[in-house]
This record gives sequence, structure tokens and C-alpha cells, in this order.
Amino acid sequence: MNQTLFLIPLFPLIGFLLNGLFLGRLNKKLISLIACGSVGLSFIVGLKMFFQLISLPENTRAIEEILFTWIPSGEFVVSFGYLFDPLSAIMVLVVSGVGFLIHVYSVGYMHDDPGYGRYFTYLNLFIFAMLTLVLANNYLLMFVGWEGVGLCSYLLIGFWFEKKSASDAGKKAFIVNRIGDFGFILGLFIIFWNVRSLDYNEVFVRAPEVFALGGGLITAATLLLFLGATGKSAQIPLYVWLPDAMEGPTPVSALIHAATMVTAGVYMIARSNVLFMLAPSTMTVVAIVGIATALLAATIALAQNDIKRVLAYSTISQLGYMFTACGVAAFAAGIFHLMTHAFFKALLFLGSGSVIHALAGQQDMRYMGGLKRHMKTTYVTFFIATLAIAGIPGLSGFFSKDEILWKAFSSNQGSIWIWLVALFTALMTAFYMFRLVFLTFYGQERMDHHTKEHLHESPKMMTVPLSILAVLSIIGGYVGIPHILGGGNQFEKFLEPVMKGVHHGGEEHALASSGHSAGTELTLMFGSVALILVSIYLSYYLYVKNVALVGRLRNSVSGIHKIIYGKFFIDELYNAIIIRPLVGGSLFLWKIVDVVLIDGVLNGLAILIGDVSLGARKMQSGQLRRYATVFLAGVVIIIGYFALR
Amino acid sequence: MVPMPHYLILSALLFAIGAAGVILSRNLLIMFMSIEVMLNAANLAIITFSRFLNVMDGHVFVFLVMAIAAAEAAVGLAMIITIFRNRGTIDADKFNLMKW
Amino acid sequence: MELAIFYISAIVAAGGALMMILQRNPVASVLYLILSLVALAVLFVQLSALFVGSLLIIVYAGAILVLFLFVIMLLNLRGEKFTSEKPILDKGTKITLVVLFFMELVILIKQMAFPQRMDSLMTQASPDFGGVEPVATLLYTKYLYPFELTSILLLVAIVGAVIMAKRDKNEEEGER
Repeated sequence: MNQTLFLIPLFPLIGFLLNGLFLGRLNKKLISLIACGSVGLSFIVGLKMFFQLISLPENTRAIEEILFTWIPSGEFVVSFGYLFDPLSAIMVLVVSGVGFLIHVYSVGYMHDDPGYGRYFTYLNLFIFAMLTLVLANNYLLMFVGWEGVGLCSYLLIGFWFEKKSASDAGKKAFIVNRIGDFGFILGLFIIFWNVRSLDYNEVFVRAPEVFALGGGLITAATLLLFLGATGKSAQIPLYVWLPDAMEGPTPVSALIHAATMVTAGVYMIARSNVLFMLAPSTMTVVAIVGIATALLAATIALAQNDIKRVLAYSTISQLGYMFTACGVAAFAAGIFHLMTHAFFKALLFLGSGSVIHALAGQQDMRYMGGLKRHMKTTYVTFFIATLAIAGIPGLSGFFSKDEILWKAFSSNQGSIWIWLVALFTALMTAFYMFRLVFLTFYGQERMDHHTKEHLHESPKMMTVPLSILAVLSIIGGYVGIPHILGGGNQFEKFLEPVMKGVHHGGEEHALASSGHSAGTELTLMFGSVALILVSIYLSYYLYVKNVALVGRLRNSVSGIHKIIYGKFFIDELYNAIIIRPLVGGSLFLWKIVDVVLIDGVLNGLAILIGDVSLGARKMQSGQLRRYATVFLAGVVIIIGYFALR
Repeated sequence: MVPMPHYLILSALLFAIGAAGVILSRNLLIMFMSIEVMLNAANLAIITFSRFLNVMDGHVFVFLVMAIAAAEAAVGLAMIITIFRNRGTIDADKFNLMKW
Repeated sequence: MELAIFYISAIVAAGGALMMILQRNPVASVLYLILSLVALAVLFVQLSALFVGSLLIIVYAGAILVLFLFVIMLLNLRGEKFTSEKPILDKGTKITLVVLFFMELVILIKQMAFPQRMDSLMTQASPDFGGVEPVATLLYTKYLYPFELTSILLLVAIVGAVIMAKRDKNEEEGER
């Protein structure tokens, strides 16, 4: 078999090495060419592999390439290999495709930044790590990518490290992620301990034999894996880092903190569907955490004024959706939403980046407005993305979101309560996204005079990726048209070989869903669309038609508003119950235990030795004759011992 | 025939005189020459044993010792010249920079 | 007769060495050392070490010690007075130490069991014992490698000596 799979992550790695090693020695053109070219090549190879994959018969759709044995240590053998199956194929195409567009966009966006080369170096490293994550054929290699993307995320959030808030946000992201990573690796330990392997193939085949359905071990393992996923994918309780991550450059927010990295948790759970299906209680936890996150984040997003923060909370909320889908065993729906979300959320972020660019760094929506006239392309693409995320029929978001809603309602693991909350969240999503659009592009121009004069549409380098993403946001959903609308859900079928865990429960599942008639599904679908339209109109009424009403409304519920605006004070809560005691304890350890006890003993010893040496060093007089005399005295003693023995 | 202990005791005496020269003299040159005396005391012992054991390997050793002494003299005298040039004296007690 | 030659040579050798360390004038010291070495060479010859004995006079007395003389004259060190600082150990202690050392050596020599046996082993040395040819044969066969290594050592020493004695202030700084 000719090996081409390893080329996919290799190109960004080469790009990273070239840009990194010759940092500051290449001109901007060459840097952009290397960075974009390497990701573009990855995408092309990924595309080629994708077509190779679909030419294979359905059940053998997996290409595995083992490059070498990575860790041969007794029983613990890990190979360095890549696996290209339908799931990783989708991830690779999304990562390299969206990544490529964002690279191109960044060429325009970062053009005047002094850290241009550094930025693309990090970005290429990120793509490499992300591709390693999704292409790995075992958990340990996945963990390498997992940590790699975490590192890149840290580097890129703190990209403008001279700003304290940015470097703090980077640290926060890294530390919060570490908590998740710790759970992830503990989960891996449990898996390895019982299965004696970390290879996907082996783990998924042997897991049903090794673990009892719903047993304590598998529940613990999957819960720990899920903890890792909550860290990386910003779910309750570890979501706090994502809003702060908006300190990084906007294309980074688009690529890492919206489209790709944060979906790693969803990918990991979908990948481990066999394991998760063995632990029903974990599935419930996943679904509940997912829906709770979706609801909480959507609520917070209602009241934020920073354009990127709204998008950040929206991302968290949408990720919550994906987890809900995973939690109700609709892994394919989760991945479907992951893909469409990658398109429209990347577009939203890039669009907001374009807006911020035009307003010279202004991120507060209270000082925007009326941009529709000035930025045609940005407005149109942004509007398309908003329609997509709101779930307007015909756009990609509708199909994936509706799929999740339906699965939440109909699946064995789902329930009407989850469906209700998910629907409510969808309404809020539509509301706050249109609030964002109305505040930014409609109404009066509230920016100051100076910026107003400099309003301009962004360069081609930025608008072209926007347009491509807009097209993708529209058509991206048509790969997974549900049965009910006559589509046959190609997407789910494509992913079926990977979802082995769901497969054996498939017949049951089919039976269960047949319990709900097609009529129910259609009713729910149209009902939710109607409600969403109402919600959009409400938003229009409040933020365009009758602006004064908002202020009055806000005053009448000022208490609640304050809480929501303050993000439910979760950061403060964490600060009080986790960070403070930790800092206090550390301070005690430092000031008392370390400085007084440990340092005291060590310094005392050192002082003692120093004093003794102070006397002893007098022996070293530096005088040759004295040394010779002492030498001779020594000789006399030794010979004396032999002579007088 | 002179008995062997005679030679050995003379060798010991010369060695002791050399040692005395090293530890008593303050003149670097004299110390250096005392070392030469000690080397030759050792040479005498080697030659003595060589003769009384009736093997000639000892002569080779003495030859090597002389070569090393020559090398030592070359380097040592060069050092003495350098030291004298820098410090204007060859008083061994004056050189105590290498102390604590 | 042999005993007489031994005693005379021994007294001259030891006396020369003693005088050497007692002289203030380095030139006189060198001359006494040469005297001591010549007496030593006589003893070497008496021990049938003809070749090594000749080398002692030619190389040692003739070359190395002349080098000493050159250096002394170059530095112009006639009877340099050393300002007396308080020595750390007084002369008496040092001399006692040396005498003790000598006594111990004598005791060791006396204790040795083999000299008596060796006296009996003593036979008349073969006529060419210690001659140029047998020593040279040994040097170029059994001790070829040490011999060749010695030449490298000498080369290194020459280069080192030249570099150290060069009149370059900057380079000398490090040698002290």
C-alpha cells in the first residue's frame, strides 16, 4: 500500500519548521506562501484520500498506516500510526479546509502585525497538532495532538503577550485545560489497564468483552474521558477559559476557539462511542452537562456587549448542543453539527474580525451600528451565517440542529425535557444572534467621528474566505438531509462504520423511533422553525424598531440583568472556592513550610559547612613550599608505616 | 664488588637531599634543580637494581626519565622566565595567588 | 679498589648535592649540581651502565644544566636576596622531617630481604651489558611505543616552552 496519509500532517509540520526556524529571516510573502501552501496541500491530500475512501466498499472504509513502533515497552506497545476512516476524514477536511481559509484570511488580517512570522508558525503547528489528533490510530497519539493543540491555543491566546489580559487569558486556558487533560489521561490509564492496549481497533473490539455494560470501571473511564472533553470543548464546569480566549487575534478565535480545537472533545467522544455506549450513566451525564451548558451559555450571551464574547458564548452553547447529541447516542448528529458549526461559526468570527478591523479594534457593540452600508460583503456573509446558526430552513444549521433536536426527542437516551431545553436554547440562540446583527449592522452609527471616517470594507484576502465560508454555510447541510425530507441522511450513513457502538443497538433504535410517527417529526420541525422566526422578530422589534423599550426592560429586571451580564459570576465563584484557598494554601506552604522549614534547614546546613570551610580554607595558602612540606610529611607517614610495621 | 645496599642508601641520601632542597629553598631555580637531584637519585636506584638483577630494562627506564627531565626542564624554565618577567622575582613564597 | 671509587664518588655526589642547595648564588648551585652528576655518572659506569652514564654527562650535565645556566644569566640572578618573611614551618622542623624521611628509607633498605640473595645472584656482567647496542635494541623493540611517545612528549614540551616564553604580555597573563 502506498503511504500518503502521513503527508497530511507532514505538510503543516514542514511549514511550521520552515517558518519557525527561519523566523524573522523570511519576508511576509514567503511566510504566507509557506503557511497557506502547507495547509492547502494538506487539504488536497485529504481530499484525495477522501475520494479513495469512498471508493472502498462501505464496511472496509478505513485506511490505516502504521509508520513505526513508537513505544515498545514490554506489554505496553504503542505504534505511531494514522487512521483514516469516515470520522477522521470529515475532521481532516474540516480542519484543513477551514484552516486553509482562515490562513488566507489571516494574511489580510495580520498584515501589519510585528509578530507576523510567529503567528503563522503557531498556526501551522496548531494545524499539525490538530491533524495528529484526528488522524491518530490510538489514544496516546491522540493525546499528543490533544496536548499540542492545547499548547498552540495557549501560545495564540497569549499572542499579544505584552498585554497582561492576553497572557493571563492564555494561562487560564492552559491551566483549565490541564484539569481536563488530567482526567483524560486517567481515563486512558483505566482503559489500558483493562484492555491492555490503546489502539482504537483493539480497544473497540475488546471493550465489550472486558467491560460489563454499565459497570463501574467503564463508567469511571468514560467520565474521566468526558472530563477531558469538557476541558477542551469548554463545557460546564470547565468552560470559563473560552470567553477569555477571545484575547487572541480574531482569526485564531475563529480557527481554534470556534471551528476546530474546541470540537476535539466532541470528536473524542464520537470516536469512543463504543466505550460511551457501554456506560449509560455517563451518557446521561454527557447529555445533561451538554444541555445545561447550552442553556447557560446562551443565557449569558443574551446580555454581553462585546461582539467576540457573544460569539464565544454562542460557541460554548453550540458545543453544548453537540454534547447533547452525543449524550443521546446521536453521535453522527453531533459530528454533523460540528461540521456545519465549523463553517458558520468560523464565518461569524471572521466576519466579526472584519468588523473589528474596520472599526480599528473596537469590539463593543454599543459603539457599532449601521455597518450594513459600509461593508457589503461582510454584512451579507455574516447575515447568512446568522441565519444558519439560528436554524432557518435551507441553511446548514437547520439540518444539523434539527437532527439534534429530533434525536433528543426520539432517541432511547433522550427525553422530552432535553428536547424542551434544547428548543428553548435554540430560540435564545436565534434571539441573541440577531441582536448581534442588528446592533452591529443596523440602526444608528454609534462609533465616534474619527472611526466613522475610516470605515472601509476589508481587503480581498479577507472577503474571499468569507464568501467561500458563506457558500459552505448554505450548502454544508445538504449532505445530511433527514429521511423525512427525502434526503436519506447520507451523512449518518457515511459515518455508520465508525459508530460501532450504536450499530448493535441499531435495530432497537429503529424500533424506538418508529414509535414516533413521521408526523410528529414534521410537526416538531415546523413548530421549532415557527418559534425561531417569532424569536427573530422579537429581536428585531427590540433592537431595531423600538430601541427605547430595551432600556426600560433592562431597568425593570436590572437584578437579573446584572447577574447575566456578570456571567452568573461563575469566574468569581471559582475564584472564591477554588483559587483563593489554593493560593492561601500555597502561600502557607511557601512562606512557612518552604521558607522557614525547608530553607531554614538547608541554609543552616550550608552556613555550618561554610563556617567549617572558612577555617579549613586557611590550609590552602597558595605557597608551593608549604604544599611540598605537607606532601613530604604525608610520604614520611606512609613510608613510616611500612618501615616500622 | 660494592654491595647493593650501599648504592641504595646513597640513592636514598640523594633523594632526601633533593627533598630538603625543595622544601627549604625559596629560590624557584634551586627548587627546580633539587627536583633534578631527586630524579637522578631514582635513576641510580633503577640502575642498581638493573645491574643486580642482570636485566637491561632499567636502562631504558632511565633513558625515558632523562627525556622527561629534559621536557620538564624546558617547560619549567619557560615558566620561570615568564614568572620572572611578570613579577620580577623568583621567590617561591611570593607566589600565593592560588589561595582560598 | 671498587669500594674506594664508590666511596669517593658517593661523597662527591652527595656533597655536591648538599652544596647545591646551600648556595645562595644560583650559578654556583648549577656548578655543584654538575659536579654531583659527574660523580653519579662514575657510579653508573661502575654499575656497567656505560651508555646511560655517558648520556648523563652529555645530555644532563652538558645540555639541560647548561640551559639552567643560560636562564640564570638571562634573568641576571646573581645571589638574589630574598626578603625573609616568617616561614610557616621553621627550618628545624623541616630538616627533622627530611632526616626522618632518610632514616625510614634506610630502615626499609635494611629490611629488604632480597639484596642478600641478589648478591649471590651477582655474576660477572656480560661484556656488552649496558652497551649502546643492547640498550638501543631494547629501545627499538620491546619499548618502541614508549620511546616514540617520548618523542611526542618532547615535541609538545618544546612547543609549550616556546609559547610560554614568548614575549607577549597578553598571552603570558594566563600562564601565571
